[in-house]
Amino acid sequence: MNFPILSSLILLPIIGALFLFFTKDKEGNNLTAKYVALFTTIVNFLISIYLWISFDQSTSSFQFVEDRVWIEGFINYKVGVDGISILFIILTTFITPICIISVNNSVKNRLRDFLIAILIMESFMIGVFCALDLVVFYLFFEAGLIPMFLIIGIWGGERRVYSAFKFFLYTLLGSVLMLVAIISIYWITGTTDVVQLYEIGIDVKYQNLLWLAFFSSFAVKTPMWPVHTWLPDAHVEAPTAGSVLLAAILLKMAGYGFIRFSLGLFPVASEVFTPLIYTLSVIAIIFTSLIALMQEDMKKLIAYSSVAHMGFVTLGIFTLQQQGIEGSIIQMISHGLVSAALFLTVGVVYDRMHSRLISTYGGLVSVIPKYSILFMLFALASLGLPGTSGFIGEFLILMGAFKDNFLVAVIASIGVILGAAYMLWLYKRVVFGKLLNEDLKKILDLNRSEYFILSCLAAPILFFGFYPDPLINTIEVSVTDLINMHNTNIASK
Amino acid sequence: MENLNLILPEIFISLSIMFLLILGVFKNDSSKITFNLSLFAILITTIITFNETFSVTRETLFNESVVIDSMSSLMKIITLIGGFLVLVISSTYLKTFKIYNIEYPVLILSSILGMMVMISSNDLIVFYMGLELQSLALYVLATYNRDQLNSSEAGLKYFVLSALSSGLLLYGCSLVYGFSGSTNFDIISNQLNTEEYVLTFGIVFILVGLAFKISAVPFHMWAPDVYEGSPTTVTLFFTIVPKVAALTVFIRFLYVPFLNLIDQWQMIIVFLSIASMVFGAVAAIGQTNIKRLIAYSSIGHIGYTLAGLATVSNEGIQSSIIYISIYVVMNLALFSCLLMLRRKDQYYENIDDLSGLSKNHPLLSLCLLLILFSLAGIPPLAGFFAKFYVFKAVLEQSMYFLAIVGLLSTVVAAFYYLRIIKIMYFDQQKDKYDTDHSLWLKFSLTVSTILILLYFIFPSQLIEVVSRINII
Repeated sequence: MNFPILSSLILLPIIGALFLFFTKDKEGNNLTAKYVALFTTIVNFLISIYLWISFDQSTSSFQFVEDRVWIEGFINYKVGVDGISILFIILTTFITPICIISVNNSVKNRLRDFLIAILIMESFMIGVFCALDLVVFYLFFEAGLIPMFLIIGIWGGERRVYSAFKFFLYTLLGSVLMLVAIISIYWITGTTDVVQLYEIGIDVKYQNLLWLAFFSSFAVKTPMWPVHTWLPDAHVEAPTAGSVLLAAILLKMAGYGFIRFSLGLFPVASEVFTPLIYTLSVIAIIFTSLIALMQEDMKKLIAYSSVAHMGFVTLGIFTLQQQGIEGSIIQMISHGLVSAALFLTVGVVYDRMHSRLISTYGGLVSVIPKYSILFMLFALASLGLPGTSGFIGEFLILMGAFKDNFLVAVIASIGVILGAAYMLWLYKRVVFGKLLNEDLKKILDLNRSEYFILSCLAAPILFFGFYPDPLINTIEVSVTDLINMHNTNIASK
Repeated sequence: MENLNLILPEIFISLSIMFLLILGVFKNDSSKITFNLSLFAILITTIITFNETFSVTRETLFNESVVIDSMSSLMKIITLIGGFLVLVISSTYLKTFKIYNIEYPVLILSSILGMMVMISSNDLIVFYMGLELQSLALYVLATYNRDQLNSSEAGLKYFVLSALSSGLLLYGCSLVYGFSGSTNFDIISNQLNTEEYVLTFGIVFILVGLAFKISAVPFHMWAPDVYEGSPTTVTLFFTIVPKVAALTVFIRFLYVPFLNLIDQWQMIIVFLSIASMVFGAVAAIGQTNIKRLIAYSSIGHIGYTLAGLATVSNEGIQSSIIYISIYVVMNLALFSCLLMLRRKDQYYENIDDLSGLSKNHPLLSLCLLLILFSLAGIPPLAGFFAKFYVFKAVLEQSMYFLAIVGLLSTVVAAFYYLRIIKIMYFDQQKDKYDTDHSLWLKFSLTVSTILILLYFIFPSQLIEVVSRINII
């Protein structure tokens, strides 16, 4: 058996967390803890890059598979990656060190504990993306609630308790039905191994109910309208690093789950429920974009924009077209980078002014030009300007949508315009205009670490905007096979 | 000649009780030595029982009125270990209240003896004898801190209500005897094929009595008051050990004498289970006293174990037994934390007293955090697996309603566990608590927390032990 590279990806952050746990917790600027955490996550990132390099793009079968008996005759600990999941793993390992660098200003107390929570979170998220057994997937999926609950609750803003509870209970409520579905699948087919389930297939008469049970979990996590209300609360109250993790990676678990499980396991039901997804996605795109327009709080605005973007993602997935699904995956990766960057840019001014209200700001361009330029780049990437990664995703999704359903695609396109409206208006109100607030005159431009992390995020956004081939090559074969499998399943039933 | 070796644990423990009583009468200041000797006695009994598990598949004694099989051995071991740990972590608490007397270990030993008789019983009379022995000891234990009004009240309440339930139980037993002509479980099982509706009354009375003993809704009313009023260590004993014994008896009744009458009792068990899960979750939300809260939470947990019993399958029984074992560990850990909330000879038991605990006592609150998430059933902690196995068994029988209600009530229950975590982690800190805890207390907290945390690495072992239990 080869070196268990995926397990080491999962375990390494936990080992780092354990190491941190036994270091002394110093008050104030705890550099040792930070370096340990940073070192761990960067090593993890390098391993995941190695994973990507040695990944074979020409096949859609799972690679680096590890299969160990976990509960005798019932569950195997099985992990592996294919073209779809590998990108999410890299996104996770890329975003986590950035979070850790960014904690400098946003987390004032109990830094060591915060870093432990983030590292454990990273483990669970990588676990979600490479689990190939439904029970293992559920375990990682749910376990992530614990550190996130603590991140929001301990280090959050004023209404942190309310937000943490809402986050926890909403997502838990969504997932318990998934657990029922997973156990039912075990009794129906005799296995919870995803690869075997792809081959066996699940009887059509059960598919609709099972699909709905999975949907209830993923819809809350995505979040889809109308169960999106936990997201703005959680985002607004979480510390910057927490918001970044939440927006960049946690939301992607559900999108990934839709592709891997809803499409893969329940092809017939996915066809049946496509109108439902279309409706909810279109409502999410239009409705939350309109809500975003009305926001006075920057973080809330970005949170609502996330809901709208995830609406595009779900729309793209259920077009069941090559372009649509590829677009969705790229949109998720891109949104991971862009929303992380946007939350960080908001975090930068929040750390200086302690206000997230748009009305506090105005005319920033004349005092902090570097910040304004990067902010512009991210705002444009968010609205999907050609040349940024946001464009590729949205464009492919709309292409897929036009093939499948003209009306839906037209309405979704209106969403693109609305997206441009709220982002540009936000940018105009914050950066342009007259400098009215006297306090703003003393505001400092980006310091070195902030400049570094924002550039780190800007680089891939631009790179993949001009040259998306590395992404598309990685996912292409897997997506093609997924769709072929889907079509054969539909044809045979 | 009967093979008395098989009931050696019971014989040994009854001899120890007599010896300790005599020792207590003739020796001054004997409390410390009685404590140590009784611990030793439990240890020896555990070892004897443990040896038995490997040598015996199924044996009966005294005209088949006592049965020794893998279930009885396992449950006896859990009972004994539970009793041992309760006894070992009680001493500081008892000394604080100046009730560190010889009666305490002797009473605990006698109730354990009663439970062991219950667990092994295969006959209505033997069962009832064991039940009364453990109940009488428990009544006294509830009032053990007799200078306190609460404790006396708890004991009285427990006595009156429990006596009532024993009465119902006895009435049920007599009806069943009347219809079957025997008190032996196996014979009853063969005789009870007729569709006599009066027999249903008998079964219902017995089930009501048993539901009372494990505090399943709607026969739970005594639990919160008794748990709150009794001394904390006794509450710990109440929440774990008698439940294990009562659950075993429940399994025996349902699956030996009443096995052919599934239609009669299955709905009752489903109802008890759903009512306990839902009520336990909802009623705990408003509590301010931790012991009361634990009472409601244990009602909820009993609901989950009953869900396993309602399935009428070996998997269901096994999952219930796994659930109760994990529940014992979690409760032990929870009470160890509770016993650590001591400041200058005063114990604190309100939820508000936990306020900001994480800042003064980071390790203690981390343990409590893990325990509470485990009780709430969040993966990857042990509590999740307990629920997982139960619902796996429930779904095997396609009882979707039971599974969905149960899982939804875990969400409600998660709310009050989260509330405690919120108070510990998000609220303002208060004064520090003492940290000079006894070694045993630290030991039991550490070991049980590690078991909860790392259970997911080796989940197969417990299943393997339990999978030998095949009742049906």
